[in-house]
Amino acid sequence: MWSIVHKMGSPPWFYRFASTLAKWLLPIAVAALTVGAVWGLLYAPVDFRQGNSYRIIFIHVPAAVVSLAGYYVMAFAGLVSLVWKIKMADTAMRAVAPVGAALTFIALVTGAIWGKPTWGTWWVWDARITSMLILLFLYLGVIALFEAYDNKAAAAKACAVLSLVGTVNIPIIYKSVDWWYSLHQPASIKFTGESAIDASMLYPLLLNIGAFYCLFVLVVVLNMRAELLQTHRQSAWLEKELT
Amino acid sequence: MRPDARHFLLLQLARQLRSGLRRPGDILNPLIFFLMVVTLFPLGLGPDPQRLAELAPGIFWVVALLSSLTVSGRLFASDFEDGSLEQLMLAPTPFVLSAMTEVIAHWLMSGVTLTLVSPVFAVMLNMPTQAIPTLMFSLLLGTLCLSLVGAIGAGLTVGLRRGGMLLALLIIPLTVPILVFGTSAVTEAARGYDGSAWLALMAAFALVGLLLAPLAIAAGLKISIDG
Repeated sequence: MWSIVHKMGSPPWFYRFASTLAKWLLPIAVAALTVGAVWGLLYAPVDFRQGNSYRIIFIHVPAAVVSLAGYYVMAFAGLVSLVWKIKMADTAMRAVAPVGAALTFIALVTGAIWGKPTWGTWWVWDARITSMLILLFLYLGVIALFEAYDNKAAAAKACAVLSLVGTVNIPIIYKSVDWWYSLHQPASIKFTGESAIDASMLYPLLLNIGAFYCLFVLVVVLNMRAELLQTHRQSAWLEKELT
Repeated sequence: MRPDARHFLLLQLARQLRSGLRRPGDILNPLIFFLMVVTLFPLGLGPDPQRLAELAPGIFWVVALLSSLTVSGRLFASDFEDGSLEQLMLAPTPFVLSAMTEVIAHWLMSGVTLTLVSPVFAVMLNMPTQAIPTLMFSLLLGTLCLSLVGAIGAGLTVGLRRGGMLLALLIIPLTVPILVFGTSAVTEAARGYDGSAWLALMAAFALVGLLLAPLAIAAGLKISIDG
C-alpha cells in the first residue's frame, strides 16, 4: 500500500499520473459543477425568508468548505516534506496555497454579496466571517514567505513550518473569535437561513461541495504538473513524455 | 536537563540581559513608541473620557501587539549577523532550549517592562482603576505569548531583506487569540466583573506556546541559517 505513496514522490511517475487523472477528472468536475449550478440556481425551491438571493449559498459554502480543507492539505503536504523530505510534497504545498487563497477570497466576496440583500450590509464582523478573513491572511502569509526567500529549497521548508504553526492555531483562532463575538454581540442583526436546511436544498449543496472538491484536486494536480514541466524542462524523461 | 546544559542556558540568559542593559535604548525605545502611539489614539478619536474608557482595553492591546511586532523583528538579527546564532546552533546544548532562552530574555526586557509601566498608560486612557490588576496580569501572560509567536516569525524571516514587514504579515493572524483574550479580560474587569476566565485561557495559550513554539523557532532559525 505504501508503494503508491513512494511512487507519487517520483516526478516522472507523478507526471504520468497527473496527466491521466486530469484526463478523467476534468469532465467529471465540469459535469458536477454544471449539474450542481443548474440544480441550485434553477431547480432548488425558493426560500421562505430570503427568496431567491439565498442561491449564492451553492457557491459560497462549497468555496468556504474547500478553502478550510485546503489549508489542512497544504499543512499536511508541508509536514510530509519536512519529515520525510519528499520534494513532491513541497510542490503540492506550493500548488495548494494560491488555490486555497482564491477560494477563501471567493467565499468572502460571495458572502458579502449574499449579505447585502439579506442583512442590508456588505460586511459584518461576525465570528465565522472574521475567521475566514484570518484564514485568508494565513494563506497570503505562506505565499508571501515563499516569494521572499531567494533560495527556493529553504523557502519551501520555511513555508512548511509556517503552515504547521498556522494549523495548530486555526482552531484556537476560530474559538477565540467565536467567544469574542459572543462577548460583544451587536444590538440586532438577524441571521436568516442559519436554521436546519431542507433536503431539497441540502442535496444540491452537497453536490456542489463535491464538485468544488473535484475542481480543487484538478486545479492543484494541474498546477503541480505545470511546475514539474518548468523544473524538469531539461531532463530526458520529460522530453520523452512530450514527444 | 544535564547540569552543564542548565549552566549554559543560565549563562546565555545572563549574557542577553547584560547586553540588553548595556544598550538601554533597546529597552526604552519600544516603551516610548508605546507611549507615542497611545497618545495618537485620543488625537485621532477625540478626548472624550467616556469613549476613551470604553475603548481603552482594545487600544492598549492593539498597541501592545504592534510594539511587540517592532521588537520581534530585532530579536535574532544581531546574533544572526555576527554569527553567534550559528555557534549556538552548533553547541552541544539543544538548540530548542537555547532558542527558548533567547525568547525568555527578550520577554523579560520587553514584555515585563511594559507590564510594569502599564498603569501609567492605563490612567492616560482613563481606564477604570479596578481593571488595572487584570490588565497587568493579562499583559504579563500576553506579552510572553506575543514574544513566543513573534520569535517564530523572526526565526523564519531573520535572513531576509525587508523581513520586518513580512514578519508583521506572518505574525498578526497568529496573535488574534491573544488580542481577543487580553481585551476581553480587561473589558470584563473594567465593567466590574471577573476577567480571570480569560486570563486562564491566556495562561493555557502561554503554556502550549512555551512547549511548542521553541520547536518552530529552532526549525525556522535552522532554515534561515542554512538557507
